[in-house]
Amino acid sequence: MKVSEIKELLNGQFLTEETEAILEHVITRAYATDLMSEVLAYTLENAALVTGLNNPQVVRTSEMMDIPLIIFVRAKAPSDEMINMAKKTGIHIMTTNHSMFNCCGILHSAGLIGGRGYGK
Amino acid sequence: MENSIHLHYEVDGEDFTRAGEASSDVKHKLKKLNVPSDAIRRIAIAMYEGEINMVAHADGGVIDVDIYPDKLTMVLNDVGPGISDIELAIQEGYSTASPEVRSLGFGAGMGLPNMKRSSDEMNIETEIGVGTKITMTINY
Repeated sequence: MKVSEIKELLNGQFLTEETEAILEHVITRAYATDLMSEVLAYTLENAALVTGLNNPQVVRTSEMMDIPLIIFVRAKAPSDEMINMAKKTGIHIMTTNHSMFNCCGILHSAGLIGGRGYGK
Repeated sequence: MENSIHLHYEVDGEDFTRAGEASSDVKHKLKKLNVPSDAIRRIAIAMYEGEINMVAHADGGVIDVDIYPDKLTMVLNDVGPGISDIELAIQEGYSTASPEVRSLGFGAGMGLPNMKRSSDEMNIETEIGVGTKITMTINY
């Protein structure tokens, strides 16, 4: 799913520069969590991170995992420090007014999926 | 330490928001050295969780990294409280982290398990009231 489609579906707003390159970027998976260790527990390629957690470790975790797009739900407003960190590391930030649950539902209905199940 | 690039980092225990700067720096350097990307990610996860642990539990510490042509070793040293039960600490879900750490997206008892999963070898030496030394090797 192209980032442009995600933006449209979520009525999202970029807090980093809305470049042609990021709009054309294809996201194939998504994490949805406020727990950063959960993101660090398994790798998804070309994944977006949907989160309601708003602190610099969200950007740092995304950097470690090569996550190109962070989607903040419920119109969370990350600090300038976070936005600058993201810019420096080539990460894009989008916000949406949707709740976490609805955001995930919208993206999943449109074809975006998460990781496989992880049981013992 | 023949044929290795040695890096030394002091992790500030005061500022949680800065945790991860050392891991970020190592990641950049490894990219420039053309280390395979899956190995870079495993190294980044292991070191970042280690850094978070140092800030969360031990007022910071020092990390020494050695980059070899086929592997990376890192030694994380802190003078924190030590781990009283390693078996328990390494179990997924067990944590002694503060509410503050939890509010930042960590402290769910996944740090050490993520470090173990991401490394090829992990060794923990710890003494109560003295500190903890964690050595990890990642092959590539």
